[in-house]
Parts: sequence; C-alpha cells; structure tokens
Amino acid sequence: MAEVDTAHGGQEVAAHDVAHTEGEVHRHPAPTNFIRKYIFSIDHKVIGIQYLLLALVSVFIGMFMSVLMRLRLTWPEHSWAGLGSIFKLGAPGGVMSPEFYLSLVTMHGTMMVFFVLTTAPQGGFGNYFLPIQIGADDMAFPNLNMLSFWVTLVGFLVLVLAIFAEGSATVAAWFNAKPTGTVGPIGGWTAYPPLSALGFRAGPGQGTGQNLWIISIAIFCVGSLLGALNFITTLLNMRCRGMSLMRMPLTCWAWFTTAVLALLAFPVLLGGGILLLLDRVAETSFFIPGGLVVSDTLLTNHKGGSPILWQHLFWFFGHPEVYIAILPGMGATSHILATFARKPVFGYRAMVFAMFGIGLLGFFVWGHHMFMSGMSPYSGMAFSILTLSIGVPSAIKTFNWLGTLWGGKIRFHTPMLYAIGFVSLFVAGGITGLVLGQTSLDLPMHDTYFVLAHFHLVMGVAAIFGMFAGVAFWFPKMFGRMMSERLGKVHFWITFIGVYCIFVPMHIMGIVGMPRRYAQFTEYEFLKSLHPLVVFVSIAVFVTAASQLIFLFNFLWSMFKGEKAGDNPWEATSLEWAIPSPPPHDNFAGIPPVVYRGPYEYSVPGAPNDFIMQTEPDPTEVQEPSARDAGDARRVTGDGDNGHQH
Amino acid sequence: MGRALAILIWLLTIGSVALFFMGWWFPPSISEYGAQIDSQFLITIIVVGLAFTAAQVGLGYTLWRYRDNQSTERATYSHGNNRLEIIWTVITAIIFIGLAVLGQRVWAQLHFQKAPADAVKIEVVAQQFQWNFHYAGADQKLGQTKPELISDSSLNFIGLDDADPNSKDDSVVSTLIVPVNRKVELMLRSKDVTHDLWVPQLRIKQDAVPGLNIPFPFTATQVGQYEVACAELCGQLHYKMRANMLVLPENEHAELMSLPQAKFQTRMNELLKKYPLALSK
Repeated sequence: MAEVDTAHGGQEVAAHDVAHTEGEVHRHPAPTNFIRKYIFSIDHKVIGIQYLLLALVSVFIGMFMSVLMRLRLTWPEHSWAGLGSIFKLGAPGGVMSPEFYLSLVTMHGTMMVFFVLTTAPQGGFGNYFLPIQIGADDMAFPNLNMLSFWVTLVGFLVLVLAIFAEGSATVAAWFNAKPTGTVGPIGGWTAYPPLSALGFRAGPGQGTGQNLWIISIAIFCVGSLLGALNFITTLLNMRCRGMSLMRMPLTCWAWFTTAVLALLAFPVLLGGGILLLLDRVAETSFFIPGGLVVSDTLLTNHKGGSPILWQHLFWFFGHPEVYIAILPGMGATSHILATFARKPVFGYRAMVFAMFGIGLLGFFVWGHHMFMSGMSPYSGMAFSILTLSIGVPSAIKTFNWLGTLWGGKIRFHTPMLYAIGFVSLFVAGGITGLVLGQTSLDLPMHDTYFVLAHFHLVMGVAAIFGMFAGVAFWFPKMFGRMMSERLGKVHFWITFIGVYCIFVPMHIMGIVGMPRRYAQFTEYEFLKSLHPLVVFVSIAVFVTAASQLIFLFNFLWSMFKGEKAGDNPWEATSLEWAIPSPPPHDNFAGIPPVVYRGPYEYSVPGAPNDFIMQTEPDPTEVQEPSARDAGDARRVTGDGDNGHQH
Repeated sequence: MGRALAILIWLLTIGSVALFFMGWWFPPSISEYGAQIDSQFLITIIVVGLAFTAAQVGLGYTLWRYRDNQSTERATYSHGNNRLEIIWTVITAIIFIGLAVLGQRVWAQLHFQKAPADAVKIEVVAQQFQWNFHYAGADQKLGQTKPELISDSSLNFIGLDDADPNSKDDSVVSTLIVPVNRKVELMLRSKDVTHDLWVPQLRIKQDAVPGLNIPFPFTATQVGQYEVACAELCGQLHYKMRANMLVLPENEHAELMSLPQAKFQTRMNELLKKYPLALSK
C-alpha cells in the first residue's frame, strides 16, 4: 500500500488530470432503446448480469455433463434409452463410448473453470458491485467493459461449436471433417501435448474439436485480460471522496487482487495456446519432439519441441487461476460473515495482506502440478516448500473468519448459510493441499481421485458456495426483490450435505489408488473394492444435481414474483445499500457519495443502530471542502484508517 | 437454525473422519520406500484430520454459541487482535513448512541416489495403449532402437535394431518382470503422447514423456504379480492401458532372463500362472 500512496502523492497534479478526464469518459447518459439497454449495454450493472447469466447457462451444461460422467462410471456398459437418440454417435444404442466420456471430462472442466468460476465471481459480481462499492458511477472504460463481455461470449460460442463440430455431421461438414462422436477434444481441460498437438491421429475429438477448443480459450483469455485492466483502473482511480484503500470492503480487495492475477496469468495461457495452435496447423514444434510414432506412423515434420514446456506455461496460468476462482468468494464470504454476525471483520488488514500473500505466492507454486512430469527433482523440492507456505495465508483467513463469528450475534439468512458453507468447504478442500503439496506424497497421490476431491472441494464447490452466497446476498439489490428464504434454505441443506457426500469419499478412492480420467474401472483388480463408494457418490451426485433446479427456480421465480426488497434489507453498511434497489443507471443519481468510515462498523457501542453506514457523516471528522478525489480525502483522514483500532 | 447448522457441521465432520477408518486404504506396500511414504502419509493425514476437525468443531461452536438470541445485547465490537494473529500465523507456518521439509526425505533418496552399477536396467517404451518392456537378455546389454524401425504391424513395437549384435538375445514383452530385493532402474520413454507408469503397491509413479528418457529406480520387496496402470491421460483407451508386473525370486528371474526370445514368452506365461494376481475380496 505504501507504494500506491507514494505514487499518488508524487504525481498529484497528473492524478488530478487523469481523474478529471476519466470522469468525462465514463459518464454516459441512460440508454433509451432496448438493445443499448440490455444487449449491447455499457452499463456495468447490465454487463454484470450478462456475465452471471452466461455463467448460469454454463454451470448447468457443465453439471449435466458431470451427471452423464457418473452414469458412465457407475454403469459403464448400461444402455440409457434416451441418450442413444440425443448422442447418436457418442452413445450408440445408449451406451456411452470411452471417448465420449473423455470429451465430457474435457468440456465439463473447461465450462466450469473458464465460463463459470472465472466469469461469475469476477465478471458478474465484480462488474456489478465493484464500481458501486467504491462510489463510482461506472467502470473506468464502459465500452471496453462491453467488449470484454462480448469477447467472452464469442469464446463461449466457439466452445459450443467445438461440441457440435465433433458430435454432429452437419457442423463437422462446415470444417470439411467427419464427426467422431465426442462432444469436443478428449485431452482434458489441461490439454497436454503431444496428445493435444497431434491432431486426429492421436484420437477422436483431437481434430477440429481441439482446434476450436484452443481458439475458444484464446478468445476467453483476451476477454479476461481486458476485464482485468478495467477493474484495476477503476479501483485505483475512481474511488469516491473518503474511500481510501483501507476503507474498501474486502470484496473490492478480492476483485482487485483477482484482476491483478488475471492480468499476469492470462497472457501466458494466451501465448501458450497460440503456440499449440501453431504446432497443429503450421507444423511448428514448440511442444512436439522428433521421432514420434503415432498410430504406427513416423512423424517426420516435427522435431526439437518439449511437451513439458506446455505444462510450465499452462500451470503458470493454471495455478493463479485457482485463486482467480476462489478469491472473490473469499471476499464475499468475509463481507457476508461480518454483515450477518453484526461484527466488524476480524483483522481487516491481515485479511488484505493474506489475500495479496495468496496472490503473490500463487505465482510461485505452479510446479506442484508437475512433480511427476520429468521436471528436475530439485525444482520439485522448491515448489513443494513454496506450496505449503501458501497454506499460511489461507489459514490466516480461516482463523479470521472464525474470529469474525466469535462474539457475534449471528443471523442465519440464506446468504449467511452459504457463506458459512464456504468456510467449511474451503477448510475441507484446502487442507488436503498439505498432502498433495509434498513431493513424496504426490508420488502415490498424483492424478488419483484424491486430487480430484481436493480441487473440486476447494476451487469448485467452495467457490460455487461463494457465488450462491453472492447471489442470495445481492439479489435484492440487483433485482429489487428478495429470493425465497424457504427455497434457499432447502437448497442449501441438500447441496451442503450433498457435496460432502460426493467429495469426501473421493479422497478414499484416491488413497486406494483410483486414477482420474478413466472411462471405467473394470480393468483393474485393485479398484474393485471401491465399487460401493462409486455407487454412493453417483447417487449423491444425482440428488445434488437435481436440487440445483430448486436454486434455478428460486432465482427465476423471485426475479418476477419475489417479495419487494427495501434499499437495505440486510442492514448492511457498504455503499450499495445506500442507494435504491435496483440502483439507477448512474448508481448515485449524479451525486457522488462521500465516505466517512470503514466498511464494517457493526455493533459500535453507543451508536443508535447496530450498524453505521459508510456514508453516515462522522461529526468528529473534518472534511476539507475542496478535497475532490480519493487521494485528497486520504490525506484528510490520515492513512486509510479502518475504523477504530483496538 | 444456528444449532441445527452446528449439529450438521459436526455430523459431517464425524462422517468424513469415520470414512477414513472403514478399511479402504493403500494396498500393501512392496517397495523399499513404501513404508516411509506410508508413514509420512499417516503423519500428514493425522495433522490434516486434526486441523480439519478443529476448524469444523470451532465453526459449529461459534454458530451455536453466538446465534442471534433476540436479546438486546449487541455483538462484541472488535476489529481483531494482532497478538492472536501473529501466534496462529507462526504456529501454522511451523507445522506446514515442517511437513514440507519432512516430505522431501523420500523424494531425495529416490531421486538423488544413483542406481548401483549392478542395477537391473529395463527400457520401458509406452505407446497408446500398451506398455513395452525391453530386457537385455543373457549379455545384459540392451540392443539399439531406432524410431524409423518401429512397426506395430510387424510387432517391432520399440524399433529394435536387429543389425545390432546386442539385440540378438533381447526380449520385448508387455509384462514388467523384476527380481525381488534388487535395485531396478527403468528407463522410461514414450513413442507418442505422455503416459505415466503407476504401480499402486510400489507407491510411486513417473511420467513417460516423448522426447525424454527418464530414469525410474525402485526395489520391489515382495514376490508376486501386480497391476501396472497408466496414470496420465493418453487418449481414448487410457483406462485399458494395463500391464502386469511380476516380481520374481532371484533364481527364477535369472533363469528367465537367460532364455532366448522364443522361449521367453512361454516361460513368462508359466510364471504368471505360478504367481497369480491377488484378488480383491
């Protein structure tokens, strides 16, 4: 923070000019026609909802794929009457083929990681609430914001095209190819070459499907990169008067850290993706060594490449990506726990530093995905120590969440239930990183269901609970109506129990040695004892997946029929609760808010209510009338004081 | 609601921990490092289990104890406690980094101890979806291989060069055969895509990467037949890329290895019958 402050102070005049110009750029009149208002909108709130809806569509596609995967794993030879007519090639006679299964694995991972875990928490909630929570009337670059969403949507459409290019004869014909009966490539979301680089020779789905997959991801990288730039600029330049960095809600810190990670990580994946595509279409050899014999054919047009190079590039992006998915959930959880425990966040500064610590260390641990890759064993040792260090800031966050609840007066509304679920699941999923991060324990555990259990709990389910919490918490603000508490609670209970039933047994499968990405487990004697667990997990998946329809129904029904929400239904303190629900086009109706205190002033002794909003004037604080931007306000109020220190 | 949620969290914690006591565990270890890896795993999983339980029990407790009881009393107004913050940070750092350091021991032994000169060298060539193991034969010298000689249709899976005199007595089969209690060094490579050699009982796995030749030393300590799996997604029939590993008494191993190619396969099949795969209950 010291650097930021110094930079600000040192370039006082320039900062003033920039802030002034930005003000002119981002201010735009309310649109009058439907298309500019809801489709090609430059309003950060509409764009946020567009991102959320994109994630909602993707999450149901991804979840449907996981249900098919469990059907195949549990009853591999069974003929599912309906499936044969939907997937004529992938499931002839209703029996799913192994390559069909592997393409489900790939597309489930891609949909979930990119189009759910990256879009909703950051693009969705971040877009909608970051500008409001810092008191800005829009993002710094509204047109760029619109472009980010539309680029992301094109990425999504290309991914859907990959599904049909391998699954439908008509679409395959557009690419002069034959469909292979998959729903995309079969190399997993990690797309390790040479499997992903060798084209159709390496297997079904690896032709057109793999090309479109790479193009889709590359487009997605561009969208995320543009979004990240916008977030960083907005947060640094557009905070309202009095909103010093240390007065920002932790959600804003989370979105900011995430944006920095995205800015540094996505270009690497973009670069890697382009090189992979060149290997495929231009006969370059970045990732393909010489002398390969594939399907009994010696390849003579490649030499000198390194398959491990891709793994380095991919995981240099891939590990920060885990934090891109989870940090906004951490921010939302901190924010919601304080609101419903009616207590200030325990250790606000420690929370900020822990998030930055996680973000920073997140760039130095990618090698723990590669202990078995043939990488130097010395590097493995360094990566192992760094990996377990990242557990420290994660533990700080957990302690502080418990500290926030401790001594509180907890209200159990649905957003709070999801946030508590987040804490529980984050611990359950994160803690097994202590096993996987150790070089010697990764020897038996690598690429087993133990890994699957670990990352699904922590970056999948915990992050999704963060999103559930965000939806339940901010729904009244976004749509002016409350979600049904009753339906929300039913959904929470089933889902919370369900995910434990799905993912805890997967640890056991991993210990026994069950490898990931197997289309069936019938070939190995040592896996047979696990059959009862496989069936149990599948049943838990079906119940949990079905219960997501409750959430969907609640979401859609409440949008139109929910009880009308007031401006501040949760009695919260941050700026979004000081404006109408839903907020007007320019958020603050042309009157920029002024912030007088930190974001978590709950249960202040002697105050009339048990919460004091950030906008409520503080009689002890003298505001200099000429102070215009956040930098000035910070000097007035001292160095970003987060309320009273105790 | 607070109490119900607390109880649910506690029940889920008990259930999760109990599942680790239901008898599903590693298959018995048969390698020199297996016991060390198992004990490091046990230490770690106990730390993990204690931390998991403590956090969940604590979470449940705060929900129970601090639920809104409709009293007029307010929540405690506190922004945190720096001393507590420092204490728990230091404690976790010591435990976590301590575990990381402990976990390096087996890794270092495995990777940094050079295989002795008399180690049994076996070349492993992985391909979609088959393992090929290349044995040196009586002369104990591996014959040369060349990619351009590879031809699956004529059963020269690894491109063994017949012109090389060292090749004459070599055997290439799809079963991994090693002597008991003697250091073996596999040289792993791949013809096409990345594969991974995984024998659960050995507790170790290693990628076979195209373009690289990766040494993989181990000592098997128990005679018998075991399963070799592929643990890195290699394509359509990845789940079927299975082989057998036969750990033989020294004398039977030596006898088999001295056989010419023609008799090797027959004798190997006899031995596979003699030492059958242990069936799971």
